[in-house]
Amino acid sequence: MSNIPADLRYAASHEWARLEADGSVTVGISDHAQEALGDVVFIELPEVGKQLNAGQEAGVVESVKAASDIYAPVGGEVIAINEALADSPESVNSDPYGSWFFKLKPSDASELDKLLDAAAYQAAADADA
Amino acid sequence: MGQRTPLYDLHLALGAKMVDFGGWDMPLHYGSQVEEHHQVRRECGVFDVSHMCVVDVSGSQAKAFLQRLLANDVARLESPGKALYSAMLNEQGGVIDDLIVYLTEGGYRLVVNAGTRDKDLAWMHAQASDFDVQLRERRDLAMLAIQGPKARARVSELLSQARAALIHELKPFQGLPEGDWFIARTGYTGEDGLEIVLPVTEVASFLNDLVGAGISPIGLGARDTLRLEAGMNLYGQDMDEQVSPLAANMAWTIAWEPAERDFIGRTALQAQRAVGCPSKLVGLVLEERGVLRAHQVVRVEGIGDGEITSGSFSPTLNKSIALARVPAATGDRAEVEIRGKWYPVRVVRPGFVRNGKTLI
Repeated sequence: MSNIPADLRYAASHEWARLEADGSVTVGISDHAQEALGDVVFIELPEVGKQLNAGQEAGVVESVKAASDIYAPVGGEVIAINEALADSPESVNSDPYGSWFFKLKPSDASELDKLLDAAAYQAAADADA
Repeated sequence: MGQRTPLYDLHLALGAKMVDFGGWDMPLHYGSQVEEHHQVRRECGVFDVSHMCVVDVSGSQAKAFLQRLLANDVARLESPGKALYSAMLNEQGGVIDDLIVYLTEGGYRLVVNAGTRDKDLAWMHAQASDFDVQLRERRDLAMLAIQGPKARARVSELLSQARAALIHELKPFQGLPEGDWFIARTGYTGEDGLEIVLPVTEVASFLNDLVGAGISPIGLGARDTLRLEAGMNLYGQDMDEQVSPLAANMAWTIAWEPAERDFIGRTALQAQRAVGCPSKLVGLVLEERGVLRAHQVVRVEGIGDGEITSGSFSPTLNKSIALARVPAATGDRAEVEIRGKWYPVRVVRPGFVRNGKTLI
């Protein structure tokens, strides 16, 4: 059974998003996603400063099994990326909610409301399984 | 629902994530593919390979039949227990399958791939009609591979004295019966280890014993990265009926002598050899971060293009490696296109890791 924290929002494409106190949005991939991918060995992150639209391709996760695109759950400017993932991509498997990928300065914070809540994502993940 | 080996329920109980593999529901991993890979390189692990197809060949013309059927020559098997690896070719010299053949007391034992079982058996039966030979598929047998530097020692501890003694005596690439078990020192990982063929009725309890003794079950995911590191081909990926063994790093498995042995595909292969095979199978090593995957395009400057046939992340080397079919004139550098970007790669002989040691 995968872990789906109630305080996060989720995209149907399996990214999680967390609205921080400073208004930025932190993005990673869900426990369900890391489990489906298997051992993560490489992550390609967007460049800081890049403008992304909601749903736009933001990077790639490579597992031993396959490469999967990751998408921006909301639109905005990339203001930080998690450089530590370059040396320890496997942390995405062991700690998917601690291993964030990038932070966005959202262009429209209301886009967060369009994302799934934990219950809706759980239902989507179950249907997926 | 796919076909299931006798160990299907046990795989689920061991927490396996199951996937379809050539029509079979098989374990991909039991938690972490990378951990399972390391387990085999460092100690040992056990694979269910019961989906593979065991065929016993007997009859007064068994030898003549296999000398016609296979590109390698079973006459090289001088005493019972000896094994060899061979391609089974069509008349055009394309690879129908790759297999292992053991010389046994009563004839020969072949182990062929699961995904090619039906066409292999059809082909073998069609060729067999000209010979006094019986083919018997052994659906009553299951198979486990126990691989890794500690495999033989760990397995011996769990078996009878007679079986332990046999395991101690076996030379690499040798397989012999002990009671109704057949124990071979063969495998598909580049490590020492065993492949044990035993009655279906005994396999679950044997796997239980192995796992109970701390030998980890290993899924097909790690089986694939282990064989890739070892530079071993996967049928359907690195070669198939459209590919010549000369273009699949299998020239060493073709027995050209004696010249009068007329194996199927010989005429076509000789013609290819006379003009020179235009492509070859090589190893690639990506020094940058990224992962090489099957079907990515390989570019060799001034020479031409090729294609990756198998690619993955190598847990042992902590970088990505691949097998690729490239123009024969390719030197030691090439480039691979990954998501629209070109990455430099090193071209090496296929074979990256053997017996725990890096070869590149």
